[in-house]
Amino acid sequence: MKKVYGAYLCTGCGIGDVLDVEGLKDTASEAGVDMKEHACLCGADGRSFIEKDMSENGINTVIVCACSPRVMQENFQFGEQTITVRANLREQVAWIGERKEDGSIDDFLQEMGTDYVRMGIVRAKKAELPVPYQLETINKKILVMGGGLAGLTAAKEAAKAGYEVTLVEKEAQLGGKALGWRKMFPTAYPYAELEAPTIEQLIAEVQADSRITVKTETEVARIAGSPGQFNVTLKDAGHATEWDAPARVTVEEQDLIAKGEMEDPNKGFKKYTVLNPDGETFGAVVLATGWKPADVSQYEHLGHGSLTNVVTNAEFEKLAKNGKVPARVAFVQSPGGKDNDQDFPYCNSVTSMVTLKQANYVIEDNPVDGQAYILYQHMRTPGNAELFYKGMQAKDGVFMTKGSVTKVAAAGSGLAVTVEDTLLGDDLQIEVDMVVLAAGMVPTTASQAVINLAYRQGPAFMDLNLFDGYADSHFICFPYETRRTGVYACGGVRKAETMEETMDDATGAALKAIQCIESANRGVAVHPRSGDQTYPDFFFSRCTQCKRCTEECPFGALDDDEKGTPLPNPTRCRRCGTCMGACPERIINFADYSIDMIGSMVKSIEVPDDDEDKLRVIVFVCENDAYPALDMSGMHRNKMNKLVRFIPVRCLGSMNMVWIKDAMSSGMDGALLLGCRYGDDYQCHFVRGSEIATKRMENIGETLGSLGLEPERCAVREIAISDYDKVPAIIDEFVEEIIEMGPNPFKGF
Amino acid sequence: MSDTAGNGAVLVVGGGISGITAALEAAEVGKDVFLIEKNSYFGGRVAQLNQYFPKLCPPTCGLEINFKRIKDNRRIRTYTLTTVKSIAGEPGNFDVQLETAPRYINANCTACGDCIPACSEEIDDAYNFGMKKTKAVYLPHEMAFPRRFVLDKDACSAESLEAIQTACKYNAVDLGMQAKTFTVKVSSIIWSTGWNPYDAKKIANLKIESSPAVITNMMMERLAAENGPTQGKILRPGDHKEPESFAFVQCAGSRDENHLEYCSSVCCGATFKHISYIRNQYPEAKIYVFYIDLRTPGKYEKFRAKYMADANATFIKGKVADIVDERDGGVTVVAEDAVTGSKVHQKVDLCILATGMEPALGTTGKALGVTMDGNGFIVPEPEKGMMAAGCAKSAVDVYTSGQSSTAAALKAIQIGR
Repeated sequence: MKKVYGAYLCTGCGIGDVLDVEGLKDTASEAGVDMKEHACLCGADGRSFIEKDMSENGINTVIVCACSPRVMQENFQFGEQTITVRANLREQVAWIGERKEDGSIDDFLQEMGTDYVRMGIVRAKKAELPVPYQLETINKKILVMGGGLAGLTAAKEAAKAGYEVTLVEKEAQLGGKALGWRKMFPTAYPYAELEAPTIEQLIAEVQADSRITVKTETEVARIAGSPGQFNVTLKDAGHATEWDAPARVTVEEQDLIAKGEMEDPNKGFKKYTVLNPDGETFGAVVLATGWKPADVSQYEHLGHGSLTNVVTNAEFEKLAKNGKVPARVAFVQSPGGKDNDQDFPYCNSVTSMVTLKQANYVIEDNPVDGQAYILYQHMRTPGNAELFYKGMQAKDGVFMTKGSVTKVAAAGSGLAVTVEDTLLGDDLQIEVDMVVLAAGMVPTTASQAVINLAYRQGPAFMDLNLFDGYADSHFICFPYETRRTGVYACGGVRKAETMEETMDDATGAALKAIQCIESANRGVAVHPRSGDQTYPDFFFSRCTQCKRCTEECPFGALDDDEKGTPLPNPTRCRRCGTCMGACPERIINFADYSIDMIGSMVKSIEVPDDDEDKLRVIVFVCENDAYPALDMSGMHRNKMNKLVRFIPVRCLGSMNMVWIKDAMSSGMDGALLLGCRYGDDYQCHFVRGSEIATKRMENIGETLGSLGLEPERCAVREIAISDYDKVPAIIDEFVEEIIEMGPNPFKGF
Repeated sequence: MSDTAGNGAVLVVGGGISGITAALEAAEVGKDVFLIEKNSYFGGRVAQLNQYFPKLCPPTCGLEINFKRIKDNRRIRTYTLTTVKSIAGEPGNFDVQLETAPRYINANCTACGDCIPACSEEIDDAYNFGMKKTKAVYLPHEMAFPRRFVLDKDACSAESLEAIQTACKYNAVDLGMQAKTFTVKVSSIIWSTGWNPYDAKKIANLKIESSPAVITNMMMERLAAENGPTQGKILRPGDHKEPESFAFVQCAGSRDENHLEYCSSVCCGATFKHISYIRNQYPEAKIYVFYIDLRTPGKYEKFRAKYMADANATFIKGKVADIVDERDGGVTVVAEDAVTGSKVHQKVDLCILATGMEPALGTTGKALGVTMDGNGFIVPEPEKGMMAAGCAKSAVDVYTSGQSSTAAALKAIQIGR
């Protein structure tokens, strides 16, 4: 496309009151673009003003110098074949300053405005229309791993939406743990009575559905490829094969293996890049491999493993399913000890509910002499589960008390349970036939990779230690987003859940799998840059195979090819640009976001080389959180330091350090990065962007030091989106430090 | 896409986190979605929260991403100040009549704020639960989406209205705006009508009306928020005292047959979050939590453990019987300690009632053919083309709302096939 440019200046919302309009227009024409002004570009009149000019002059690349790109998007859409770039003159210029006291234009503010116009024009010149990445063939089949309640539900619901599903289950029979349940929790108001399990019916529905292929006694050896074309090797359950997923090998380990100093852990396995010609192709994966009962034998005072008739909740359910349960049973909710009022590890409200359900078995099977003692620290029955709890409290034969269980011992033919700090005042000793411990539900991902990806970054989900091994997401508001695009977990593998919650969860995971397939089919990104048509483009002939991009990609989108060159998998990619930031050769770029584009924007900023009052600080800003905070600061009309220039970046992970060098070599005096909190409670939508950028900045500090520049001229600050009233002071503080250091000594060279 | 897109389109009623999620998840599969919200802005209850637990991160961060997804997605049509009037037809083919109340500010609004000084009337700021005033022409809050002002026309004098109209350079004030009724054709309906804080005035013994030292947990969110009535400083309403002691009354209305018989799920976690707010500002303040059970299961246990370890926080298992006004502006909380059996009289400067969630749809739902359980929660009926998501269905946290909204999106899509 031959680009024809047009710049449009809005003088409304105060822009024309505090900035010299003619000066801005001159700046644009110096940059080679004709700029026209209008009093209100976003209105119907303003929009037709632009459209008319576009059609008269054949303009297809528009620079709107007005409000923030976060607002009025629909007003400035001019069709899919038009590139629109926004220069933020309102929130980040006009609203942060004013005219001088004598009524004249503040040259500091005007210089901000002209720099933003220049940067907008450069951005427009460097931007290309994206051409979506299309897979040659797309497969819309969904693989569901695990044939328990979660997997069955996911398969059924996906099929109901019209998608083909293959369900693999390692056991001979479908149904998973739910097959062993005697009763289910109540699922409908008034939540009073336990219900007969519906698992058999669900199995029958799945087996009868022509869109679902069931493969029992089958496991996933490995999953290679990417969303839309996963290459999956299935195998007989429990057998090792050469197609089993290879272990992760780091770059350092790879070197050691090559030198013969380390044994290759993947000897005998097919290399992860080899696609299995006999593999099956799938579009997306639902992971529903469930949980295992937790081992509670480490609580010696409770006697599991050493005393007969001390059983776990899972063991008790089996007894109850197969016959009559004993008459006097104590249910222990918490491992106890004076200082510990937590539940057993890997518990959740489901385990409180299981206890109530099992207490009901006791009085049901022993109508005359049944006695169920529930010894708890906190009964966890949220929402409507409370109604069932209330009902159980009222039942004859059910006794509940808060208390700390300090000992379980053999007593005659039964067991004696000692409980302290009970609601009944005294310490208690209860004689029972059996003790049931409310053991937790350990996700299958806690000990094994399970998902068995044949990826450069290894077979498992990353950093699950943050979630105690659950295949969970870190995002409260985006529970399904993991670091492996196209794989969506549900059920016990990601949280100890009730059956009701599991069914919702599995239905949600099925939706996400479908959505990922349809997004890949359209060539667009999934969350959080949903709909983005760009993707990273590699100029491989200059690649040095340093592997930084493959190592740093938070989503494992990059593999290596036979020669060790990065092998992109665009449908795994979430478009954060971390690879672009990592690349020392600067060969990774997006159609509308590139090293050259941002570097040129930096260089387009005018740096006075002889005015000590006009130092310049470049600030790279995470567009997800820090940039909106700057906008809202402007909306509050907070004053902002006028020596700084903001450039939004997709994520701090996309920060290529060459931009810092560009800034310093063009005489700018400091560079600051504003990004999200990192660490265990990270807020980065791309997981590691701000953390990676901080590491890179530590390294660039050293480089600057070797050039004779103070490393402190470059820094990173963490900003939350809600810090809008704090951000001006954060910026001021940094600029003060720069002023103290004095101008960049290379200024003017 | 037009107002009569039909054929597989989904109507999502309620634009809080659940409705936004359901709408986006369906639209990003490729379905047409109408998302309506009765308020003047999207975001619902989470837009009023200062932080989420356990990460202690601002909810506006997730809302920002979701609003961006909405703005970037042409399959979603959004309508604020809009409610359902009637539903006709059957699953796969509903005609739903909607009504949009007048905002009196049209799409020309740039949110420049020039109208604010022209307006002479102030009204209670609903976003801040009336703890501060706002001008009668206002942006509901900083992050409000859509970023468009609202005019409370009835609150303004004729002179004021004229001044507001004159102050607007963009011809955005439309005093003649009328309620607009229109019909959409959809295949399925997702109800994500959310919750209201249970009205603490109904819990007579907790005395919210008799002392400014008694507030609700949602008011606490606003007090701790930088865009709240006190710029984020936790001060006692009325006299702006910096509290030296705090009491939390858990299950204020919840788990109580006279009020809400179910457990509201989130209030225990919210109280631990509030302890974190207090600790950031008052490292030495005394905190007393009166509870029945501390319901922070699963991944919330670590979060609770962190604040249980606080030497100046005391946790008393016992239901609060009474709250008594004190002359110094504080209150005394009266309860029985269920473990020791002793009566507790604890005087504090500020008392926070952990009020629960009441489903918001209310009786209008029944008139529209929605099935509701004995507590007013919606019973999903996919066979009738009616889904429910989030707290409209049961009292749950945001994470679980995300799950159920995503699930509801799939159930809706199945009908439209």
